[in-house]
Order: sequence, then C-alpha cells, then structure tokens
Amino acid sequence: MSHVAQGKGRNGFIAGFLLVPLALYLTFVIWPYVQTFGYSFTNWTGQSPTFDFVGLDNYALLLKDEVFRGALWHNLLLLVFVPVITILLALFFAFMVNAGGRGGAGGVAGVRGSAFYKIVYFFPQVLSLAILAVLFGAVYRSDQGGLLNGVLVKLGLVDPTEPVEWLNEPRLVLWCLLLVVVWHGVGFYLVLFSAAMQSVPKDIYEAALLDGAGRAQTFFKVTLPLLWDSVQTSAVYLGIAAMDMFVLVSTMTSGQFGGGPDHHSEVMATVLMRNFLYFGKSGYACAMGVVMLVLTMILSVVTLRATRRERIEF
Amino acid sequence: MGSTSAHGEGTTGAGLGRRDLIKRSAALGLVVVPSTGFLSACASGGSETTKGPDKAPVTKENPFGVAKGGKLDVVVFKGGYGDDYAKAWEAAFDKKWGTTSSHLGTQEITAKLQPRFNGGNPPDVVDDSGAQQIKLDVLFKGGQLADLTPVLDAPSLDDPSKKVRDMLIPGTVEQGMQGGKFVSVNYVYTVWGLWYSGKLFKEKGWTPPKTWDEFLAVCTQARDAGIGGLAHQGKFPYYINVAIMDLIAKKGGLDSMKAIDNLEPNAFEGNPVALEAVEAVYEVVEKNLLMPGTNGLTHTESQTAWNQYKAAFITSGSWLENEQLKQTPDDFDMQFLPMPVLGGSKLPFEAVRAGAGEPFIVPEKAANKAAGMEFIRSMLSREWSTLFAQQANSLTIVKDGVDPSVQLRPGTKSAVAALKAAGENTFNYRYPDWYSEMDTEIQNASNELMAKRIQPKEWIKRAQAAVNKATQDPNAKNNRRS
Repeated sequence: MSHVAQGKGRNGFIAGFLLVPLALYLTFVIWPYVQTFGYSFTNWTGQSPTFDFVGLDNYALLLKDEVFRGALWHNLLLLVFVPVITILLALFFAFMVNAGGRGGAGGVAGVRGSAFYKIVYFFPQVLSLAILAVLFGAVYRSDQGGLLNGVLVKLGLVDPTEPVEWLNEPRLVLWCLLLVVVWHGVGFYLVLFSAAMQSVPKDIYEAALLDGAGRAQTFFKVTLPLLWDSVQTSAVYLGIAAMDMFVLVSTMTSGQFGGGPDHHSEVMATVLMRNFLYFGKSGYACAMGVVMLVLTMILSVVTLRATRRERIEF
Repeated sequence: MGSTSAHGEGTTGAGLGRRDLIKRSAALGLVVVPSTGFLSACASGGSETTKGPDKAPVTKENPFGVAKGGKLDVVVFKGGYGDDYAKAWEAAFDKKWGTTSSHLGTQEITAKLQPRFNGGNPPDVVDDSGAQQIKLDVLFKGGQLADLTPVLDAPSLDDPSKKVRDMLIPGTVEQGMQGGKFVSVNYVYTVWGLWYSGKLFKEKGWTPPKTWDEFLAVCTQARDAGIGGLAHQGKFPYYINVAIMDLIAKKGGLDSMKAIDNLEPNAFEGNPVALEAVEAVYEVVEKNLLMPGTNGLTHTESQTAWNQYKAAFITSGSWLENEQLKQTPDDFDMQFLPMPVLGGSKLPFEAVRAGAGEPFIVPEKAANKAAGMEFIRSMLSREWSTLFAQQANSLTIVKDGVDPSVQLRPGTKSAVAALKAAGENTFNYRYPDWYSEMDTEIQNASNELMAKRIQPKEWIKRAQAAVNKATQDPNAKNNRRS
C-alpha cells in the first residue's frame, strides 16, 4: 500500500468523524441564527407559520423600548459585578487555601483545614439553578418564614409587621440575585484557581518568602501574574452567566417570566421571552435576540483584547 | 455548548496553545450560550398540512361527520383539576365512536404545542390553560383556532330538540369570543372574590362584611388580634387586581367594566369610580391591614399562610379550594365572600365576578377536526359535566350540569350559594384574554401600589396608558362588547 493512499485514508477517517458534529452544529446552531435574522424583520406571532415582512420596524421599536433598555442596563451592571466579585473572592479563597498558611517550617501551604474548605466551597456548584432558585426563594421570602427575615426579626433589627420584601424592593432585587450567582460560582472558580496555583512551582513561592514578601505581596506579585490566563478565561465564562441570568430572574422575581417588581430586575432574556411567548410578538423578540447576539460578540472580542498580556512562562 | 467545546483541549494540534484554545472556545461560548436557547426557539417549521381521515356523512346524530375508527389526539393542562376527568371522557368517546385516542396531560402547554402549531400538525382538542398556556389572542391572530359556532348550533346530547347553546349558563358563550368569533369553550365555571375561614370568624365573633367599611373594620380587628387583615398573592399581582377591578365594576356598574374592556379613553383617567376603587384598596395598605410580607409571597406561600390563620381574607377564584386541598385544615370551613361594596354602588353586594375559565379549543388545522368538534359537543352534555364534577370537584358551564348525587366541599358549596344569590348580577372582564400586554402593565402598577411605591393617582395614570397602548392592537376594533 502506498504512503499517499494511507494518508488519504486517515484524512477520510477524520473527516468522517467531523461530518456528523458539523452537520449537527449547522442544523441546530447556525441555522436557527440565520432564521432568527429572518424573523426579526417580520411581525411573526410565534404561533402561526404566516407573517408579513415589516423591514426594520422591530429594530426601530426596540430603540424606543424603555423596558428593553432597562434590561440591557441591568445586564451590563451584572456583567461588571458578577465576574469582578466572583473572581476576587475565588482568588482570595484559593490563595488562602493553597498558599495563605504560615504554619510549616518554611514550606508553602494553605490555611489549616484547607482540604475541607475546598470541598465545602464546591458544594453550591453541584446544585442546579432550579434548586438554587427554590433555596434562595426560602432565604429571601418576604415574611417571617424567610431565613433572612426570620434571623433579622429574632435579632430585633426588623419589625415583624414590616419584614423586608427582598425581591420586591426595586433597589435590592438585582443585588439579591447577584449574591445568588456569586454564591453559586465562587466554589467552582476556587477549584479552578487552586489547580492553576498548584501548577506554579513551589520554589517561586519559597524564593518570595525568603526575600521577605508578605501575603499580599506574594499574591499580587507572584500568584496573580502566573494565574492571569485562568482569570481571563473565568471572566469570559462569568460573562456568559451575566448575559443570561434567565433561569434565576424568571423563577425568583415577580411578573411573567420575572423581571419584577416593575421591571427592576429585568434582563434581556426575560424581556425576550415575555414578548416571544406571552405577548405574541415573536418577530420583535427575534430582533432582541439579534441585538443580544451582536452585543455578546462585541463583548467577547473586547474581553479578549482588553485582557491580553504578555505570558510568563514557567 | 460553549463549555463542552472547551473540553476538546486534549486533541490540540500544533501551533495552538492549550490555553489559547480554551480561551477561544470560551469566547465562542460567550457568543453561543446565552442566545442559543432563545434563538433556536424561533425556528419554526414549514406549513405542512396533514390529510385528515375520510369524513362520514353528516346526520342528526353525527352533526360533524365523525368517521368511525379514526384517531383522536387530546392534550390537556394537568393543573389543579388533574387530568383524570379527561381520561374518563376519552374512554367514553372511544367507546361511542370506535376511535383510538391519544392523551397528554401536561403543565407545559406552550413548550409541547408551539412546535406543533407552527408545524401544522396540532392536536384535535386542547385544554389551553395554566401559567404556560398559549395566549388565545395570539393563537387567534395566527388563524389557528377553529370556529366552534357549529357546535353551539348542533343538537344537544341531553335533549336533541334543543341546541347546545341553550344548555349553557348565560354569558359563558361570550367569554369564548375572539374578534367576533366563538373559538374557545371556557368550560369551568368560576367565581372570584374574597375567601375566609368560617371557623376563624366564628371563633373571633366576626361577621362577614358587606360594605368596604365593614371589611376594613374586620381587618382592623384582625390586626389587633395579631392576625393579618388581607392576604394576597403578591408575586402575582393578578390576584389583587381581582379586588380593584371588582370594586370598579360594582361601584360603577357594568358600564365602568365595559369602558375598560372597550378601551375607552376615560376608562380609568377621569373616571371618579376607578379612582375611588383604587383608593379603597390603597387604604388597606396605608392602614397597615395587609398580612405582613404578603406583597412578596407566591400564591402557594400566601394561601398556605392564610390556611394557617395568619390572615382573615384572601383574594382568589374558586379553584382555591382544590388548589389548597392538602394545606387546608379539616375544620377550616372555607367560605366565599363577594367583594364588599363601596357606598353608592350600582351593583348590589351579592353581585359577583363569575365566568368561565379553562379554555378548550379545536385547532383549525387539526387532523381530525370533526372528532374534535364532537368531543366538545360531548363535553357540554350533562353526563360529561358530571364526570368532571366528580373528578375535579368543580362546576362547569352546563346549566344545572351536576347530578345532585355529587357531594361538594364547603368552599365550592358556598360559591354555588353565592352564585344563586347573585342571580343575574354577574359580571366578568374580558381584557385579560384580549390584551395580555395591557393586563401585565396594570398588574405591574398594582404591584407598585401595594408596595406603597406609587399613589392611586399614579396607578390610574399608568392603567390608562396601558389602555391607550392597547388601542393599537389590530384586534381592538373587533373586540367590542355592548
């Protein structure tokens, strides 16, 4: 058998494997996108195969839609705060768990009981979002039966006849949701950063210690630069979570598909779903989908550009 | 999707660093993940039309020409009423017509049926109800609903000399109209108002109030006894709208109600009746007579708290008893109360909001439309109505449709008594079925009102703005009541 034929056979073999996933990807990802673009120029109601072409009307309406603009703003707020808070907390905990201890004779180790902490911090990640929503629904419950209100009333900080309606307070609701996302995410990124930290050679830390670096210096001058790639990846992943938020907002807050009170926790996905399924404005909702797509594309490019740095090899 | 592609790192080719690949795939994920779920929902199929079975000749016994031995596809909402009643019906139908029926009971009506409506292969009969119902105005606009007028004009199964429409409670047909056509049979007869525990009232020596002032007095007594006055299902402002809208209709009479349904420019703004009603409800908030925390509770949470005697009253429709069956103490003695009236009301205290709910439809493109229509005709017989009452402990729109042998629970019994006392004095709003967006906006305003974040005047402004916006709806010119 000739060498060339062998090579061809192998390429065919590989192509054979790629064909099916590619076809699936085209059918279930790319094709819906293309369709969405098409529908965004129509007045499709979502319940019928007939519709009229309306040009750019949907986009013109979208520009004036205050609810959607508010939702966009909330998404942007989350986009800033979710990654920043989650990554900072996860980095801090990961550092303490891996290199924050000062017990051993010259060795670099985590604080006491760090193995235990690592497992405990990971627990929230195991829960599905639906369970999380139920769990925090009970925490934020607006009467004395709620965990937070119950504790605050017992401590005498809250009047039992006027409990805090956490998810019904325009100024609190978004931050309450943010807390849930952060609580859920920190454990996972702690484990991710821990793994990255463990691949940092110990002698670097030891050298820093010998030079008299404190915890803070070790962290900012040694750990963070060596972990930059992981942090960058995490920021992109958390960006995904912040741009979505659909499950939590739609189940935990008031209104059809959530977003309440009075649109104060609205995110783009909830506005989209309400228009798509409840108001029968599916063409309009598709225009929102296209806007979301464009925004996330811009976002991912910006994120990767902004965080580009010189790599430190070790 | 994006996250799984990141796992491909093991097969990295030369020239592409492991981390680069992770980063790139993560970036791709950022693009793909949030949008995929929603965008792919946009995908609709083409419009295929399935060929129906051969039709049998139309006779007096078979007014729609149901072919014997055909197929029947039934999808029902499996909510508070369960779906055992539907199975009993299907068995009865199969026996009579020799059909093979397929059954699906689900809460996810939209998820299960939207692709089928879009693909042109919907079921033959649908109970389009629940939180995830496909809105009827939306289906109607899409031309997906069969006109059921022929069913109304067909001979009744109970008495072939009469038409089906003559066997129904008056006003229930109007409830199924969209744009001037009869497209849905709202099968369950419901009353809305306040509910209280007979046991609690007896214990405390309170009398059920007939006027709003008496109502406030009982609420005050309750508060002084350490109980909340009024509970409502705050997370779903639908329920407090029952109180607001009932007060408007009772004070201003049917004209005030129709002004709202007909989207009049003075439905709320410039209508002193509306302002008085909203101010009356707001008084409950201002005087601290709400059950603490009720504004943020779900329907289950607040209703259960009410079942635990933490509030004197709660707003709801008559499905409440079935819904709370497990949480209600045995001696609770659930009682219905028509909304107490404001001074100088045009309608008497006994007047109740009553109407048909749980819409059953036959899709226009159903494969076996004839059998679907026949199924609806059978539902409107006394035999099937009794089957429903037995399985779901609720009333139907069939006049005198329950065999006296069926025993009703206290709440349902009191609702029946209230209906009898109301006589002709029943009313019902249509705007929630006609204009879902307007309904949602008014609900948002009510949520703000109950949380003391807006004043009654602001509520009126917002409600009128929602009405004005709804006039843009293409169906607004057909949806008129006189």
